[in-house]
Amino acid sequence: MRSLMEACCQLCNHTPATPCSKYLLCRTEGPLCHDNDQCRQQRQRFIREVILPDNSRSQIIVCGGTGCSSSGSANLVDLLNQEISKHGLGDVVQVKRTSCHGFCENGPILHIKPAGVFYTKVKPEDIKELVTSHLINGRIVERLLYQDNSGTVYPYFWDIPFYAGQTRLILRNCGQINPESIADYVAVGGYRSLVKVLQQMSPDEVIEEVTLSGLRGRGGAGFPTGRKWASARKAPGEIKYIICNADEGDPGAFMDRSLLEGDPHAVLEGMLIAGYAVGSTRGYIYCRAEYPLAIQRLKIAIGQAREAGLLGSNILNSGFAFDIVLKEGAGAFVCGEGTALQASIEGLRGMPRVKPPRSTEKGLWEKPTVLNNVETLANIPFLMQMGGTAYGQLGTAKSPGTKIFALSGAVTNPGLVEVPMGLTLREIIFGIGGGIRDGKGFKAVQLGGPSGGCLTEQHLDLPVDFDSLAGAGATIGSGGMVVMAEDTCMVDVARFFLAFTQSESCGKCTPCREGTKRMLEILERICQGEAELKDLEDLERLCRVVKSTSLCGLGQACPNPVISTLKYFRSEFLAHIIEKRCPAGVCSSLVKYSIAANCRGCGLCRKNCPVGAIEGERQQPHTIAEDKCIKCGVCLAQCKFGAVLRL
Amino acid sequence: MRNLMEVSSLDKDLLQEKDRQLKLEELLTKYQNTPGALIPVLQQAQEIYGYLSPELIRTISSRLRIPASRTYGVATFYSQFHLQPRGRHIIKVCQGTACHVRGGSKVMEALKSYLGVGAGETTADLKFTLETVACLGACGLAPVMMINDQTEGQLTPAKALQKIKSCD
Repeated sequence: MRSLMEACCQLCNHTPATPCSKYLLCRTEGPLCHDNDQCRQQRQRFIREVILPDNSRSQIIVCGGTGCSSSGSANLVDLLNQEISKHGLGDVVQVKRTSCHGFCENGPILHIKPAGVFYTKVKPEDIKELVTSHLINGRIVERLLYQDNSGTVYPYFWDIPFYAGQTRLILRNCGQINPESIADYVAVGGYRSLVKVLQQMSPDEVIEEVTLSGLRGRGGAGFPTGRKWASARKAPGEIKYIICNADEGDPGAFMDRSLLEGDPHAVLEGMLIAGYAVGSTRGYIYCRAEYPLAIQRLKIAIGQAREAGLLGSNILNSGFAFDIVLKEGAGAFVCGEGTALQASIEGLRGMPRVKPPRSTEKGLWEKPTVLNNVETLANIPFLMQMGGTAYGQLGTAKSPGTKIFALSGAVTNPGLVEVPMGLTLREIIFGIGGGIRDGKGFKAVQLGGPSGGCLTEQHLDLPVDFDSLAGAGATIGSGGMVVMAEDTCMVDVARFFLAFTQSESCGKCTPCREGTKRMLEILERICQGEAELKDLEDLERLCRVVKSTSLCGLGQACPNPVISTLKYFRSEFLAHIIEKRCPAGVCSSLVKYSIAANCRGCGLCRKNCPVGAIEGERQQPHTIAEDKCIKCGVCLAQCKFGAVLRL
Repeated sequence: MRNLMEVSSLDKDLLQEKDRQLKLEELLTKYQNTPGALIPVLQQAQEIYGYLSPELIRTISSRLRIPASRTYGVATFYSQFHLQPRGRHIIKVCQGTACHVRGGSKVMEALKSYLGVGAGETTADLKFTLETVACLGACGLAPVMMINDQTEGQLTPAKALQKIKSCD
């Protein structure tokens, strides 16, 4: 027996061809069919290695998420292993590479268990000291600990305000287990919900439980999951499909990516349970090609689940059969829309179609189809484990459970944040997020990506759930939360979102294809200082028409960012139109940089200008060549004498 | 001596071409009768050849028994497919919301100005292709770009140029 998932001795006979209903329980609590202490001890040893070593051992967790990897975490694992074997600590310290901790900006992250010491921004040259000081002498390396703006140092994971304010239920395994090991997932209780469902519940009871929990789809629209499953179960037909929508395309949202990279088996387990409940034997995961690490980990997870007999025919000897196909998206935002996604799986251009019929009646290849988002499916194993009624107690009455938000932009602690529904924006942005970075003032928060809207200071005490945000003109959407400081131009933000939806419109229906184009032209004129007041009227009318007449969610929602910025930041639009001025100094046509006479000629601006637009002799006042200047503002930020002016 | 080297590099090209043809043949055989195979076939064919040439599209269409017009329709719909040769280094500059509010467009401006090409274009020496991408999902590190498969975060225009210059 070389791993937790393997047979302990010849008496154990589980294989995909000869499935045993007690397989998973046997791996973690067994052996069950024979009484052998040696087998039992072996299993316990593997589980200890996975979950938490006993007190005489420790585990160094190196974050291997996209963020930490890009700042060089892969290198750290090798260095740690070298250093540990050099000191002969191999038996007491285990190095483990996991996935995203959600605190990306502070990466690479090292988390030492069981003590919970949390090191941030670890560089290769720190490893020697870490090993001698922390592991050998038992002294924490203080300079590598997380420090907040006030200078307080936090040695332990859960004390850091970013984590202390969160309720990490769905993200509980992310950053804790090795996502490339099914044994890790099983050791922390994974696939137990599947066992429970297959052995103790009828499909109707499963749907009943999900309905009772009140779980609403996390993809954006918030449709009750139980109701969706029930209508697909009722729909006539032998063949039904489960699709996991992993085409997270909203700019500013990355929770699905993190779940897929950090806990892929939870998503597979959710799909298996959905398949059993609905009466489906075939699932598809449609994943963005821009997420190579997520795709790689999903491939590994699907392979492992097949090998263990958790995918395929007669799963755990229950008679239930289910398999999953991974489809890579090809880069089209509109494929996040259900019917467009199905067209794409069928090998067509990803264009949405008119509903009804709903996908639960006629979806993929015209068969009844349940399409759930990654986060929704990751909720399922947790929900089944704790029961629908108990799950319904979390969050708010109409939006139960937790929600993962991708907090980014001008906030001190950007990252992935999981909180119960109903927490206020202030608690999330200023509590967990640590407020606005660089001491700037808060201006707005943009929620729900291109289908959402911007909210202001006056909304900060609004509870974050599906209904209260919609009332204020924003949506939870997929969970993007981009914080904007006072130096953000809201007209530019509206233009930015429209440029995005305009280029991503599939072109099938006229309001979306032509309407967004005209709206974008108006917004561009405003940003360039070439618009008149009449344009604003046209813009508002176009917003109404596109919203009410477009075919799918993309067109219906794309005016939202424009409507909400017009509502809350009208004066900024007027400043651009009437005074030909960008109050935030962002719109490059309305901004000019120049150097005043008090320039000392230190050359710092010239050195840092990325396009070589600044000229001048040392100790002589410099000048900016206007035709070369890209208005990036680097010179302004660099100048120590206040000589660079933004006009 | 010089001639010899030229011949051997010609041989190498031929071998590579043979190898590509074999891979394509294997791919087409595998998917010939699978419904909905067009997109994965285009993806994998593009991986083999680097881009989708008119001949490649015609071959795929006839083997999958799909009209070439439909294949073109799909290939031009999705941003992942390329009908032109691309550079050795692919630079994808993230234009997501978080990157935008933290100066992503300025990084893009600086790269455009340095490379002398626009978004979606390739430099004349086929060294770089400059692209934008809607969101790389690394918003905590904004602004971000990808050089080939490597994500680079917390960029400034100057830092981005430095990264480009270190590509061989």
